[in-house]
Amino acid sequence: MSAAVAGPPALTRPAPALRGYRFELLKLTAQWRTRVLLLVCAVGPAVFVAAVSRQSTLPTDTVFGRWMGQTGWAGSLVVLSFCCSWVLPLLTSLVAGDVFAVEDRLGTWRHLLTVVRSPGRLFATKALAAATVLAVLAVALAASSVVGGLAAVGSHPLVGLDGHLLAPGAAARTVLLAWAAVLAPTCAFAAVGLLGSVALGRSPMGLLLPALLALLLQLVQLLPLPVAVRVALPGYAFVAWRGLFTSPAQTGPLLLGVGVSLGWAVVATALARHLFVRRDFTDVASDGSGGRVLLRAVLPLAAVLAATVAAVAATGPATGPGVGRAQLQSSLATSYAHLYRLQTRELARPDVTEAQLRTSATCDKGGELVADTGPGNDWRCVVSWHIPGATAVGSAVYQLDVTADGRYVADGDGPQAVNGFFLVRTASGDAPNPIWQFDGLVDLLAPTPKG
Amino acid sequence: MAAVRARGVRKRFGDVVALDGVDLDVGEGQVHGLLGPNGAGKTTLLGMLLGLSAPDAGTLELLGRPVRRGSPVPDGVAGFVDGPGLYPQLTARQNLAAVADLRGRERTGVGAALEEVGLADVADDRVRGFSLGMRQRLGLASALLLRPRVLVLDEPANGLDPAGARQVQSVLARLALRGVAVVVSSHRMDDVAALCDEVTVLAGGRPVFAGPIEKLAAESGELEHRLRTSDTDAARRVAVAAPGVRVLHGDPARRPDATALVVRASAPALEGLVARLVQAGVAVREVSPVVAPLEAAFLALTEGQDDDDPASAGPDAEEAR
Repeated sequence: MSAAVAGPPALTRPAPALRGYRFELLKLTAQWRTRVLLLVCAVGPAVFVAAVSRQSTLPTDTVFGRWMGQTGWAGSLVVLSFCCSWVLPLLTSLVAGDVFAVEDRLGTWRHLLTVVRSPGRLFATKALAAATVLAVLAVALAASSVVGGLAAVGSHPLVGLDGHLLAPGAAARTVLLAWAAVLAPTCAFAAVGLLGSVALGRSPMGLLLPALLALLLQLVQLLPLPVAVRVALPGYAFVAWRGLFTSPAQTGPLLLGVGVSLGWAVVATALARHLFVRRDFTDVASDGSGGRVLLRAVLPLAAVLAATVAAVAATGPATGPGVGRAQLQSSLATSYAHLYRLQTRELARPDVTEAQLRTSATCDKGGELVADTGPGNDWRCVVSWHIPGATAVGSAVYQLDVTADGRYVADGDGPQAVNGFFLVRTASGDAPNPIWQFDGLVDLLAPTPKG
Repeated sequence: MAAVRARGVRKRFGDVVALDGVDLDVGEGQVHGLLGPNGAGKTTLLGMLLGLSAPDAGTLELLGRPVRRGSPVPDGVAGFVDGPGLYPQLTARQNLAAVADLRGRERTGVGAALEEVGLADVADDRVRGFSLGMRQRLGLASALLLRPRVLVLDEPANGLDPAGARQVQSVLARLALRGVAVVVSSHRMDDVAALCDEVTVLAGGRPVFAGPIEKLAAESGELEHRLRTSDTDAARRVAVAAPGVRVLHGDPARRPDATALVVRASAPALEGLVARLVQAGVAVREVSPVVAPLEAAFLALTEGQDDDDPASAGPDAEEAR
């Protein structure tokens, strides 16, 4: 009898991290919800892009939507844009927002802790498993959208957000880089999901926290906020990837957005871990939720936001809303020059260079009584350019709808011969007139000129 | 050396005192029962034994190692509290394989563990479709997989049918024979009587009894018995006159039964009553306890204050002395 107890000294070993990670992955992938999500992410974008690319009416209100019929890479970017608004935050809700709460619902915490024997390791394996599933879902979305676009339209050059043309290889690299860039804010939302799942336990609020945060940030992004606040938000990289599609790339806002997102991911994950390892799992009346816990989770994140805003405001070159007349004129002139050259090629006219065109733009917002700054659909610009071999100067009028995140849609307002027709006749058939209506992007962090 | 040794263990959750001065000794090869009403602190104590929390005060040793805050329980301790903790989307085999993996055991033991608790034929079924009793047995299999030296089980017979309960009892008895220390909580006195060598009774977080099961049964003192005789009226007259015997109105937990007489008496007084009935020519057909001795002792220990309160006297108030 005594042999049972008088054996070798009893050791205390937590479960190996790799095995814990594999078990968490098994549990996640055994859920029908995860399987359905994977199926939808793997098939949905391909079907959507293939179907929409063949339509005569394209989603021109979405960035790159107007080019879906021209190149397969545009479809992936339309899907990316939609995913950044809703799909990725929702996926983080469904995966990371539930990864801890599900154990509360099943009543398995005590079992799991007695087997794993290290709350810290348990937290790490759960967080890693959730991140892995989210990464797989994001890769499925990206791959599916690319495959759908390439299958339906093919790999052709992509028109960037400043009108320059990306060759298929460059377009592929940049599209993949854009998808990679949004993994950072996805991590931030996933970390908020982990925090909600730990702090709010069985409450549906825990599950919904990333989605609610996304909704809140979408509303905030619509406001004419100072640029320092805008780029300090954890979801800013969800729009900043567009900067990759200008030449030179607007990497400043993107890097800042990625940095802020990763900062949020680290802080929110650390907070979630802090709350988790201090939870008393023998207190059957508690599932970890409570006002005090929520306070301990929300206040530090609010402090992070305030510190980031202060840091960007102190060090960033831009002030105000970030959309000023000078930036807009520069962006519009550049885009127009690139697109004019594209149109020239499509019409098989003698090639011109941007330098020869010496394009410039003059913009005004809302007339003399309104300050020429900030977003709005009342920007009116006149673009002028030199026609090579002629003394005349061409000009065209554009009505601009500028949004607070720096994106604008320039809508041709004459003369009809330049931007009045939405199609041009090319050697291979009708194609969209690139200077009838086009998208552009203002660098919000570009220095604001004084005076 | 005791496999489990606790001295003066205290635990609070905010203002609530969950455990207050609990001592516990469980030797190797011993099955120790933990009894108490809901909220008595059983789950909290079992959770401590499994390393889910540490005492606020007092000492706890498992397999000779002290267990404190931040120092997990040693290998060799297994079991479950508050349900077996299974994943319904996984099969029985997957649930056990995960436990084996996480604790660095070979998966080859999974089949044997399932066989031991009688679940081998549903090994590849998802736990979602299991009954409560099957889940309890799977939870036990999960603990067996770890070849424990201390096995901690919270209500292992909960939801089991008589055959399942007997199977669990036989598994635990075999483990005890192998030298495993078993600590088990239960509300079922028949389980406790069948399994346990010693018991600790908790009430309001405090131990109100600790010792051998026989001693607990002896704590019951006067018990209520039901007598069926050839002449109930004559038997009642004899009982009223018998020393140490109180005749009650009946068993409030049962339908009124005019053919039975319910009396409260100690064992010697009951023997005297039976002798007097025989002398009076009344045939005794059945003498059975209304409440089992263990249950009576449990109720007496955990509801002692209520019993002392005259206002709590119910329909079983004595009719005559």
